[in-house]
Amino acid sequence: MSTAVLRTEVRLFRREPGAVFWILLFPTLLLLILGSIPSFRQHQDDLGGLRTIDAYVPVAVLLGMIVGGLQAMPQALTGYRERGILRRMATTPVRPGALLSAQMVVFGVASLVSALLVLVVGRLTFDVRLPKQGFGYLLALVLAVLAALALGSLVSALSRTTKIAGAIGSAVFFPAMFCAGVWLPVQAMPHLLGKIVGYTPFGAAAQALNQAAAGHWPGWGHLGVLVVWILLLTGAATRWFRWE
Amino acid sequence: MPVIEVTDLRKTYGGRAVVDGVSFAVEEGEIFGILGPNGAGKTTTVECIEGLRVPDAGRVRVTGLDPVADHARVARVLGAQLQESELQAKLTVREALELYASFYPDPLDWAPLAERLGLGEKLSARFGKLSGGQKQRLFIALALIGNPRIVVLDELTTGLDPRARRDTWELIEDVRAGGVTVLLVTHFMEEAQRLCDRIAVIDKGRVAALDSPAGLIRRSAGATVISFTPSAPVDDRDLNALPELASVEHRDGRITLAGTDETVNAVITLLARHRITAHQLRVVDATLDDAFLDLTDDRTKEATA
Repeated sequence: MSTAVLRTEVRLFRREPGAVFWILLFPTLLLLILGSIPSFRQHQDDLGGLRTIDAYVPVAVLLGMIVGGLQAMPQALTGYRERGILRRMATTPVRPGALLSAQMVVFGVASLVSALLVLVVGRLTFDVRLPKQGFGYLLALVLAVLAALALGSLVSALSRTTKIAGAIGSAVFFPAMFCAGVWLPVQAMPHLLGKIVGYTPFGAAAQALNQAAAGHWPGWGHLGVLVVWILLLTGAATRWFRWE
Repeated sequence: MPVIEVTDLRKTYGGRAVVDGVSFAVEEGEIFGILGPNGAGKTTTVECIEGLRVPDAGRVRVTGLDPVADHARVARVLGAQLQESELQAKLTVREALELYASFYPDPLDWAPLAERLGLGEKLSARFGKLSGGQKQRLFIALALIGNPRIVVLDELTTGLDPRARRDTWELIEDVRAGGVTVLLVTHFMEEAQRLCDRIAVIDKGRVAALDSPAGLIRRSAGATVISFTPSAPVDDRDLNALPELASVEHRDGRITLAGTDETVNAVITLLARHRITAHQLRVVDATLDDAFLDLTDDRTKEATA
């Protein structure tokens, strides 16, 4: 890890208005739009007494990670490889791995900032309660970020060009958003669907976040699913990643 | 002790031997050229020296170290300019110089270096907005920024205009005057002739010749070219009997002979004997261009064999 490389990547991230908007601001904006619908601010029986806006907070939290990990990071990494930026770095004492780890830190931290923004705005605007099981929530959040980065690394590893990375990224993007509950929060999903979604990284993350938000320790089952995914995806990404 | 040693290097891609037993040694403080046609294996050879590729067989040593196993130590003393690479499009020239300077224990001051390469006005410009020549000059700066003992420059002046090319040559001469060893991959003969102390001509993955530019010209068939318009016809048999003759060419009444100084003396004697005047007599040394074509072209080899 090179701090100079990290500083540079942070600087470059700030110069990408698209990435800044979709990762940092869009999830919060989505929450604001949903919250402006009056019926979404009423308690629903099929959400266990929660309001729709409450159920959408974890979804918005996961959204930033999905955009950052699956859309933005693979584009950046495959671009770095395609254009010989990794090769140029490979001739210096700092190995090109420094660039990969810097990218992960940038997108990981950006997703966490985005999540924090969602929580704060949700609390201030719609009075959404902050997670009662704070430590459990943070743990689930960190595991979810790691899973998103691992999935994004695998997409980068499997894509020879930025075009392919864009295509694979989008193909994984929509199922990931579905599992996170963008169209239908996991609590509202039929039992069987909810169970299946619970085995996907973002489905498991959504359920763990919901439990922690309600004040319970997130189920070890969900956390376990996340850990298994992180290990599998990281292993596969390491196995198939090519420097050029 | 040589600072770069390449011994019987081999690298195969998809069953094709791109580098097929290349050996040479670069001495400290010299400008060593690698010259060859496209696809001859020049870039693959230097990529093995830079530690970017692992040789299939053979040995590469840079200051006595293995560039793959000892990558970090080699990278600290070797600055590289790659044939094809880019930087992040939104990185500015200043940021790139500062970033790369931070990788080395004892870097050069980037401001005078940028000035020297004509990038002083462009420090705040983003990489993506630079012209081809400006990008090239930035990469030369990045190769030098670590204050290296050795610089490897692949296609140094490709994309530069004639003015910038000459400025760059002067810069490389200054760099060498500072004690830095330069390994230069090129296909510009003028560049090789002007800069290099020694040149390895690589063709089809092998070293076809290794000598000083003057030596390469001397050893190639037809190092001296004589041309004249004779006042009366000259017998072809007499011409073909000239010593050390490499080739004869008739065009529009003008005769062009390639050979050596010996050939020149003999042809003058021949003409004097037949009382033939040589109008517009020209004697020129062949250039590295001629030597290069002679060393790498199959047809010439077969014709002279």
